[in-house]
Amino acid sequence: MARKKRSVPGINSSSTADIAFILLIFFLITTSMDTDRGLARQLPPPPQDQELEDIIVKERNVLAVRLNANNQLMCGSDYIDIKDLKAKAKEFIANPSNDPNLPEKHAKQIPFFGNVMITDKHVISVQNDRGTSYEAYFNVQNELIAAYNELRNELALSQFNKKYSECTEEEQEAIREYYPQKISEAEPKNYGGKR
Amino acid sequence: MPELNTSSLPDLIFTMLFFFMIVTSMREVTLKVEFKVPQGTELEKLEKKSLVSFIYVGRPTEELRKKMGSESRIQLNDKFADVSDVMDYVYQERANMSESDQPYMRVSLKIDQDTKMGIVTDIKQALRKAYALKINYSAQMRQ
Repeated sequence: MARKKRSVPGINSSSTADIAFILLIFFLITTSMDTDRGLARQLPPPPQDQELEDIIVKERNVLAVRLNANNQLMCGSDYIDIKDLKAKAKEFIANPSNDPNLPEKHAKQIPFFGNVMITDKHVISVQNDRGTSYEAYFNVQNELIAAYNELRNELALSQFNKKYSECTEEEQEAIREYYPQKISEAEPKNYGGKR
Repeated sequence: MPELNTSSLPDLIFTMLFFFMIVTSMREVTLKVEFKVPQGTELEKLEKKSLVSFIYVGRPTEELRKKMGSESRIQLNDKFADVSDVMDYVYQERANMSESDQPYMRVSLKIDQDTKMGIVTDIKQALRKAYALKINYSAQMRQ
């Protein structure tokens, strides 16, 4: 029963590289490299019981933005469309024509700008109902931040001839002082229909 | 001319493959809620994943809907949670960070766009109480 010694043929491995390549490409395509993005916001610290929040704000300094349970947007005293909110907010924050119904201006010393009149007392107050949809709320936040960002960008372009994001840290800080972000969120109320 | 030795090519490619497999971040939690984040234009990138904690809000996924109902729910880590658990979650997440990182903690809210604001407001109030004041409304870039 003598067996002939068989030689095992070597596996042809020239295509392993191709197989590995296909695997590599598959992983490259399927893995989503998307970075998480979002709207960064800062919440106010919790209210202290002992000190009552009774800061009196003049009426002209407040822009009330309200959202009801049916996602209707009210800015000041009239219903507006979400598309118009940014322009309205920009006008309110900057008060370019010194309108007596828009926020009052105060002189302030700011580096790079010198003594300028800014509306440092303005407040945008956002109120929403418990039944408001998150999307509507988010859109309002987005538009308000867009208003600030556009104003800051315009200021950076006129003062430093470059975009806000390209300014140095000190320049950005001066611009932020010129247009401080003041969005206050009131405790939600139940108005505008059923929950 | 001697032929180029390609016998180590597969190993090379495999190394690359492993590199990519390790580097790409897999989702750490299994999602039990469905959400479609809203779209925005003024978005910032979330930097330093180690400083970010996530809170998910949305309707339970299809399989879980029979058991949990289709009302919006909060998910923390791998479990459904209540608003009252949010504070504990923040404290726990903060305790897991190194002390120098704690002031930079950020909470990313991944909330379905059809959620009612009531639940979102409750979460925000809980975050305020827990002094997790830096938040981030997760969203997609609007094209």
